[in-house]
Amino acid sequence: MNDTFQLDGEDIPFAPGQTIMQAATAHGVYIPHLCWHPDFSAHGSCKLCTVKVNGRFGSSCITQAQPGLEVENRSMELDEKRRTLLQMLFVEGNHFCPSCEKSGNCRLQATAYELNMMSPHFDMFYPNRPVDASHPDVLLDFNRCIMCSLCVAASRDADGKNVFYMGGRGLLGRRVHISSESGHLGDTDFAVTDRAASICPVGVILPKRKGFAVPIGQRKYDLAPISEHVAEDAS
Amino acid sequence: MNAPMNVTTNANPAPAKKLRVATASLAGCFGCHMSILDIDERLLTLLDLIEFDRTPLTDIKRCGPCDLGIIEGGLCNAENVHVLREFRQNCKILVALGACAINGGLPAQRNHLDLRDVLEEVYQTEYLVSHGGIPNDPELPLPLNKVHPIHEVVKVDYFLPGCPPPADAIWKFLTDLLAGRTPALGHGLLHYD
Amino acid sequence: MSDTDTIDAVLDRHHRNGTRLMQILRETQEQLGWLSPATLTIIAKAVAWPRAMVEGTADFYSFFHTRPLGRYRVLWSDNITDRMLGNTDLMESMCKKLWLEPGRVSEDGLVSVDTTSCTGMCDQGPAVLVNYRPITRMTPARVGEMVGLIRSETPVAKWPVEWFAVDDNIRRKDILLDHGLVAGQALAAALELGAEKMLAEIKAARLRGRGGAGFGTGLKWEACRNAEGHGAHPAHYVVCNADEGEPGTFKDRVLLTSYADLVFEGMSIAGLVVGAKKGLLYLRGEYHYLLDPLESALATRRQAGLLGANILGTSFEFDIEIHLGAGAYICGEESALIESLEGKPGRPRIRPPFPVTHGYLDQPTTVNNVETLAASCLIAAHGSEWYARHGTEKSTGSKLLSVSGDCERPGIYEYPYGVTVRQVLEDCGAGFGKCDCQAVQISGPSGLCLTAAEFDRRIAFEDIPTAGAFMVFDESRDMFEVARNFAHFFAHESCGFCTPCRVGTTLVRNLMDKIANRHGSPYDIDELFKLHRLMQGASHCGLGNSACNPIFDTLNKFRPAYERRLMSLDYEPAFDLDAALSQARQMTGRDDAAAHFSAHLPNEAEA
Repeated sequence: MNDTFQLDGEDIPFAPGQTIMQAATAHGVYIPHLCWHPDFSAHGSCKLCTVKVNGRFGSSCITQAQPGLEVENRSMELDEKRRTLLQMLFVEGNHFCPSCEKSGNCRLQATAYELNMMSPHFDMFYPNRPVDASHPDVLLDFNRCIMCSLCVAASRDADGKNVFYMGGRGLLGRRVHISSESGHLGDTDFAVTDRAASICPVGVILPKRKGFAVPIGQRKYDLAPISEHVAEDAS
Repeated sequence: MNAPMNVTTNANPAPAKKLRVATASLAGCFGCHMSILDIDERLLTLLDLIEFDRTPLTDIKRCGPCDLGIIEGGLCNAENVHVLREFRQNCKILVALGACAINGGLPAQRNHLDLRDVLEEVYQTEYLVSHGGIPNDPELPLPLNKVHPIHEVVKVDYFLPGCPPPADAIWKFLTDLLAGRTPALGHGLLHYD
Repeated sequence: MSDTDTIDAVLDRHHRNGTRLMQILRETQEQLGWLSPATLTIIAKAVAWPRAMVEGTADFYSFFHTRPLGRYRVLWSDNITDRMLGNTDLMESMCKKLWLEPGRVSEDGLVSVDTTSCTGMCDQGPAVLVNYRPITRMTPARVGEMVGLIRSETPVAKWPVEWFAVDDNIRRKDILLDHGLVAGQALAAALELGAEKMLAEIKAARLRGRGGAGFGTGLKWEACRNAEGHGAHPAHYVVCNADEGEPGTFKDRVLLTSYADLVFEGMSIAGLVVGAKKGLLYLRGEYHYLLDPLESALATRRQAGLLGANILGTSFEFDIEIHLGAGAYICGEESALIESLEGKPGRPRIRPPFPVTHGYLDQPTTVNNVETLAASCLIAAHGSEWYARHGTEKSTGSKLLSVSGDCERPGIYEYPYGVTVRQVLEDCGAGFGKCDCQAVQISGPSGLCLTAAEFDRRIAFEDIPTAGAFMVFDESRDMFEVARNFAHFFAHESCGFCTPCRVGTTLVRNLMDKIANRHGSPYDIDELFKLHRLMQGASHCGLGNSACNPIFDTLNKFRPAYERRLMSLDYEPAFDLDAALSQARQMTGRDDAAAHFSAHLPNEAEA
């Protein structure tokens, strides 16, 4: 592991085959991201991890580390773009944090704190999205979905079940399909113990009968900003 | 910000003109205003630096020329819009305070419903209140088809999120502003819940 | 036949193979009218795919329907050229006559009328698709007659034949359209040369991709040829990209109509070079009507020994299959096209790896434009030296232009590379004194908007690269409306995969509508620039990266077209405040002064 590249001026060592995101994370450096998870193959859709590689924009989760690359990460320009991407995600769905069980543990919210997002900026879409309470142990509230596909990957790759799949097209059409004719989670073999049940970075997939066990204000990202949680992703 | 403000600084200890501030609660719950009061004894310090125009605390009915306007709550009805426009017209700096002003908040939960269905359900179907039909007194402001955050109707200069924003965040925001710094909350003070 | 039997027959025809899902869904829908939840369950079981995955494909494509639709489905092509020919009024009158709202199915389930992205009939619009069959040159009289035929439930097959006529409108021929080759001649020459020498010829001819990007065809073929097939079924594939979706482009339609042999022969030559036994032609759903003629052209070639085993008496084996798309512009992007060929939603893949090493079924695949493949025949037959004598140093050969809009003779024009925009305008009857051309949109919405000062620029990779669309706008046209039409197009066609494009294209569309509805301010123009800066660079593929090009171009070159619509210097809401009280007024019966917003008057508070 002698090869390095530069990330915001710091030398980051990497192993052959690692992406910029993997190498940075292993080295304890935070690159904002939502759809990337260390346990699953990169999806490359949220674009929060957009960096400048030798002056060109690229997603750090799908760009291979190379010796000598100069990568720009937390610059004003890039954080500004990330803030706009977050605002897009906030207006696209219905994100009402005060009434969400995931508040304080939510990666979307924590990333928005990290990037000082003060408002959604754009006009709200207020889409009409479904809530699915058909499963005995798990509630789905698609109002909060950010189309990251982590549930798809976890159900497919970790649980071997393929309960979820991203379908549809465009802003209003894009959605997670559930593998049953009724479209209800209760009609699938999904279990609360599935990896997919705990992978959602926002508050779509929630266990039933468990709420506000930790008071708001004392939750994960209330205690420390998301950029100080990098170690959890390094493994 | 374009508006020059008079602020007290160490270099210039002479008493400057006080910052004139107006506040209003539109489609909100007054929780944000309670949070303003929650800055406790620091209010006294604050009152050395600012004076209030229209606010629920002063009983002034119309907003006059102000340096700073603070709006709690989103836009649910015609009156909300009138007040917001009055503020925008009179305040050099306009601030959206709290979740409802910023994204519609709780009142916006009706937005996936048709207003006609909402009114019908409440005033014609619901058995306890159905007697009089849908109220049509000209004194009552008409509800808007949809609830809107205030930035969809006027230009908003600053946003201070939270439900409510903590008193410390409001204090930090105001003191930053008074000192001529771009308000920055940082971890712990910036939250949406 | 019961529904289950119908589905079974379709499934059998496609060997219950999930990678054939697009064809399975289309053929099932053709017989059952729509894709019901039960139908999708049966198909998912048969192809052994997760049901959600089958549903994901079914609801990605515009031409698949997971809700029941009218027995007559009328889709109006909504490119700007159709608009300029009056499609909006025609569609409105059709809806009025049928007592129908656009996009809704009539109560009796008889008919639905809606718009669709450009159907590739820009030289003979306004065009419609009726049950996915194209009808060109719509007129008010034709609308009236059509409504009568729908009301009387006359089968589309019995409608007047002349309505379905699609003309080639070839206006200028050069080396490709005047090729003079007989079927098999170019392939025989290629076989004579052998794969390696043929590849060397393609490289020496400096042939570049005609889809617009201009990647060296020889390099692509070489990379594919050198890549190893892998896994249990190693193979190489040739894919012909006939998903001609860029609004304003229709050259492939003409090549596939009247030069199909040349295209198939080019595919065969590519197969010889890269070592493929199978070629796939991905035909856009809008060109469904070409499927039968193309299939019979393939049958003829098989009979002539030009496809199949032992082609022209050699050991070369190659055959071609046609896949039909189902209404998704994004499938013109080569990796999205491959996803679609595999039965999945057309989502551009993460690259690298590139298709030349990991393409169709993860095998080395070369994806080439229809016109590129056809051009390769000329190189096989006449040699690289001859070919490179045409065109310019960096852009050898010729280019087909699809000319439409405000000109006397819309249609296909073939020129050697290097022709000026002005020359094309002269030839199509849009030159000086003819129609006072104010702008030309080259290469479609994602391309370039040129004004008169730039008409001496040249069509060539070193100046203006293009897939061939050439839309002409005279002085009477409103360039803001042109850009707004394109903004709607991109919002409709964004695949939804990445955040900047999924949300950004809709935000741009909404801002353009806001300005059009006279609610705009300079703030909104700044917002458009900001979104352009974000989407160009942060998006996953070319669609998002170029979606703001027409806005950026017209904002720079036709800014007054935007500014004269602005309502105020101050920020304005996107919606009409007074209209926002409409439902409450209706429900309360109030119409007093306080039940209205007097626009922009201050201090009306205190009711």
